[in-house]
Amino acid sequence: MIDVTLRHQFGETNLDVRFDAPAGLTVLYGASGSGKTSVINAVAGLLHPDQGRVVVGGNVLGDTAQNIWLPPHKRGLGYVFQEARLFPHLTVRQNLAFGEWFARARAPVASFDHVVEMLGIGPLLSRRPGTLSGGEKQRVAIGRALLARPRLLLADEPLAALDEARKAEILPYFERLRDEVALPILYVCHAPAEVARLATTVVALDHGKLMRVGPAEDVLGDPSFSPQGPRAVGAVLHATIARHHDDGLTELNAGGVSLFVPHIPHPVGQNLRLRIAAQDVILARDVPKEMSALNVMPGHVNDIRLGDGPGAIVALTTPAGKVLARVTRRSALAMGLAVGQPIFAIVKTVAIAPQDIGGPRA
Amino acid sequence: MDWLGPEEWQAVRLSLKVAFWATVFSLPPGILVAHLLARGEFAGKQVLNGLVHLPLVLPPVVTGYLLLVGFGPNGPLGAPLSVLGISFAFRWSGAALAAAIMGFPLMVRAIRLSIETVDPKLEQAAATLGASRFWVFATVTLPMILPGILAGAILAFAKAMGEFGATITFVSNIPGQTQTLPSAIYSFLQVPGGEGAALRLVVVSIMIAMTALITSEILARKLSKRIGGGS
Repeated sequence: MIDVTLRHQFGETNLDVRFDAPAGLTVLYGASGSGKTSVINAVAGLLHPDQGRVVVGGNVLGDTAQNIWLPPHKRGLGYVFQEARLFPHLTVRQNLAFGEWFARARAPVASFDHVVEMLGIGPLLSRRPGTLSGGEKQRVAIGRALLARPRLLLADEPLAALDEARKAEILPYFERLRDEVALPILYVCHAPAEVARLATTVVALDHGKLMRVGPAEDVLGDPSFSPQGPRAVGAVLHATIARHHDDGLTELNAGGVSLFVPHIPHPVGQNLRLRIAAQDVILARDVPKEMSALNVMPGHVNDIRLGDGPGAIVALTTPAGKVLARVTRRSALAMGLAVGQPIFAIVKTVAIAPQDIGGPRA
Repeated sequence: MDWLGPEEWQAVRLSLKVAFWATVFSLPPGILVAHLLARGEFAGKQVLNGLVHLPLVLPPVVTGYLLLVGFGPNGPLGAPLSVLGISFAFRWSGAALAAAIMGFPLMVRAIRLSIETVDPKLEQAAATLGASRFWVFATVTLPMILPGILAGAILAFAKAMGEFGATITFVSNIPGQTQTLPSAIYSFLQVPGGEGAALRLVVVSIMIAMTALITSEILARKLSKRIGGGS
């Protein structure tokens, strides 16, 4: 779907990246300075790399070897920036319609009414951007990019400028774009929780170099890879809603293992993905009795990574999927952990925050 | 306005006509040059910048003389233009040309400053939405710099109304042809008993200047309100 090769010198960093990603939502993941914004800007045509080739859905948008580098307006993409960048002199309706006229040769991604309804921006149409809240502006910016009939939607940390409540408000819209509209998306992000919820494919970068490419559960479940530091490590599980309990808990079924999480407002049978932060996982050699934590997953030790500090990351295979646990090096030694050993992973229900649980996934 | 004599009235009308056309004709090149200076990256940008600002720092008599040399009937620009039937020397159109050149740096400065306040990120966003450079300018930059264009036009108009040195050098001071308000005031002051007429023209000058300023203020306020704050 997307095929990108780039070499570019910027500042101290030497960007040298090559990846291709299937349809779905591809996250460019890495710390600031890793070159992810340069990659997305090169795809958009806002950056002209020293050398590079960008192919989207079979269309060559740039190939420096052939002296082709289409300007942004000829690429047929949509771009949602970190700041909404709405046109202040136009109303919301005019902002939304801006790209439509230029894109009239392409088929619509979604109708005006559908986009307005999906993003809940109907009441804002006659207002000007100056009077909107941050979350409202970003919703309008997403709508404006969608109505430009993009072949691929680009988003550069679209949630970074928003507070937690606004993030929680916008994130589901990207899930809906991924699942309902089936629009290919290239999404720049450095927050593991966002990656876990959104990514079909993760392209992990570090200092301009490609570190990992693969499905979210593989890249995030890899104990040897923690670009944001050990606190950000966490594995992704797929689960189905099994039951809503009267005491406010929702029971999930993850590969036959029951997991209890705080209530999720989705129907029974719904597929979900959830991220379990490694630091929220406790390891035990036996099933503990009379314990407050509700979630116990049996498994085997798959890998042990001792860090430079006092910590260690332990990777487990469980029926629910790959799980990562962050424990101290001292505990790992005291428990005599070894690869292949049976082990139990324990997670507190309340440790699984709502922002770690993704919406529907097709 | 029968308190103005026919000769005075003629000078007022001529000045308004000269200033109006000087402003109208300098607007398109003024916006273009301002855009080039604000956003363009090309060799010779500083030379263009210097040329545009030259009339501001040269003595107006020098500018007038250069116009006379260049656009006179035998000048390097005047000769080919006269073949096309366009002549500037000793005509009101020459007064308009002189006024336009003298006001040009003021207009370009005002417009350039307002272009520089437009966030290039908005123009980038417009480009990603499919707008070519022309459409980015027409649909995003231009509407946002309207207050600056208005300010530049008012400055150029005011400069044109008051322009004296270059005009009198280039097209002289012919009543009904090239005698603008300042030239008329100057002429009246040269003849005994002309103070009354000069004073009346001074009052008219002040009225026109005040009207222009207040109008531009009101328009600018309306425009900025329409553009609104925030992004």
